[in-house]
Amino acid sequence: MAYLLRRIAGAALVVFGATSMVFLILYWLPGDPATLVAGEGATAETIARIRAHLGTGRPLWDQYMSYLDNLAHGDLGTSFATGEPVLHRLWAQAMPTLDLTLLACVVAIVVGVVMGVVSAVHRGRWLDHAIQAALLLFTSMPSFWLGILLIMVFAVTLRWLPAIGNGSLAQLVLPVACLGLIAAGKLARMVRNSVIEVLDEPFVTTLRAKGLTERSVLFRHVLRNALIPVVTLLGILAGELLSGAVVTETLFARQGVGRILVEAVGVKDIPVVQGVILFAAVFYVLINLLVDLSYVVIDRRVRV
Amino acid sequence: MNAITGRTTQPHDAAASVPEWPTSRLRVPKLPRPVIAAPVLVIALMLLCAIVPGWLAPFDPTDMDGDAVLQAPSAAHLLGTDNFGRDLFTLLIYGARESLLLGACAVVLGGVAGGLIGLVAGTGGRAVDMVLMRLMDIWMSVPDILLAIVIAASLGASTTNTILAVGVVTIPRYARVMRAQVIATRSRSFVEASRQVGSSPVSVVLRHILPHTLSPMLVMVTLGVANAILIGASLSFIGLGVVDDRPDWGFLLSQGRSYLGVAWWFATLPGLAITALVVSINMLGDALRNRLDPRLRGARQSGT
Repeated sequence: MAYLLRRIAGAALVVFGATSMVFLILYWLPGDPATLVAGEGATAETIARIRAHLGTGRPLWDQYMSYLDNLAHGDLGTSFATGEPVLHRLWAQAMPTLDLTLLACVVAIVVGVVMGVVSAVHRGRWLDHAIQAALLLFTSMPSFWLGILLIMVFAVTLRWLPAIGNGSLAQLVLPVACLGLIAAGKLARMVRNSVIEVLDEPFVTTLRAKGLTERSVLFRHVLRNALIPVVTLLGILAGELLSGAVVTETLFARQGVGRILVEAVGVKDIPVVQGVILFAAVFYVLINLLVDLSYVVIDRRVRV
Repeated sequence: MNAITGRTTQPHDAAASVPEWPTSRLRVPKLPRPVIAAPVLVIALMLLCAIVPGWLAPFDPTDMDGDAVLQAPSAAHLLGTDNFGRDLFTLLIYGARESLLLGACAVVLGGVAGGLIGLVAGTGGRAVDMVLMRLMDIWMSVPDILLAIVIAASLGASTTNTILAVGVVTIPRYARVMRAQVIATRSRSFVEASRQVGSSPVSVVLRHILPHTLSPMLVMVTLGVANAILIGASLSFIGLGVVDDRPDWGFLLSQGRSYLGVAWWFATLPGLAITALVVSINMLGDALRNRLDPRLRGARQSGT
């Protein structure tokens, strides 16, 4: 219980730190939001009025305190560009991004674990080499290039699936495949190492000597042990998927959090950028917290 | 596995100058020699493109041929032309510099800063360690591309700023590896012995601990170049890169995206260039890891 509380406090600290860090980056670095909001050719007066309205002329410390104060009341501020409440905007865009990342996560886990296990079992043989080559390719490709190839094959040439937009399930297939396969490549390499490590343990030899079939050794004993460390990777995967989602959403012209980040960042719409980063940090920290806690449940040795 | 290495003994290739480890101890599926020579060749070629693009390019990157817009690959234009009638092969050759420069500089920045932080955390006592590592946790809680987007957009588009953004984002991963290695080395008996005979703390760190961190850091740095190139390409694809008359690969790809149906070469070939470079660097990094870390692999294999 104490462990649980400590972990939650730690997670909260990280989220707080992340928002503060991004706040500082956004306000310290050059570029005046008021000038950008006013647009080109605005008079000095207009800019000054907008600056007063946005409150970006105040000292940094003052702005930071009022930001935290609002945050504590569940208010993420209003968009500089559209005047819309940030929470509202995020809420509307969070679902498409979550659909995309969670489905991609499922694809990554299924493909990654299957490829990793098959590769490990066939270690050193041609199938292993073929899978490893494919994995190397997946981990080295820019995700947007894989996306372009998928679009060229399935949307432009075969015309099986729509290339862009969101709403229907068919429109999710290509982005999910794009995001999921890239993540699967990273996952599979680690699954392979983990399975190989367990396969070399003496207890596996004992089981084989006992006369268990290879299948039962693998499924009932090896995988159970090998997949425990893999759970940790889900935390890393969360970050990968969120990063990838920004690019994937841009490529497939989908609605989503990544898309608003790219738009907001261009016009220095600080509250929106802050909101997106907060969303990402909370998502990442939450997944990692769950991973850590599940570790305690799965692996009884980790009782701290 | 020996069958693999045995089959491919070629007298001279690019890897031959590296001192050989006794292969019998290396029981990992060691990469066949041509597999190491190929990436070295690709990287060397791309370096050549980056250093003296004028020697290799058939055209000038600013040559716009209004009569040859979006032409398919032909004898005149080996890889076709873009939407301005520029020769794509030429543009790709000139784009190599951007990618390699970004990869190398970002890694130097991230590696040196991260390495220093890791070293200080690993040697500076518990309080320093805790503060620094918590800071790294916070840093990592914002997915890398998201943080890079925020930094790059705040600083404004320029090559230096992209390098800064990518470098800063990757600091925590180097810091973590460095710290882990320092802590592992710190407690080994030869370090203790050196301390006992009266070496000053600084000399212990510099002469005994630091050298032992170099090989894992070298592997990290090599793989880091690949990763930095991918992040940089993503930024450029999203539209946060530098726009000038020598576009980088990510930007070319994002331009080609509008012509997927009519000019397949325009988007796919820049992506292929990025992938070829990143695959090569990753292969080199993996080969390096296998070479520098035979003990670890050996220990794993014996299943202790």
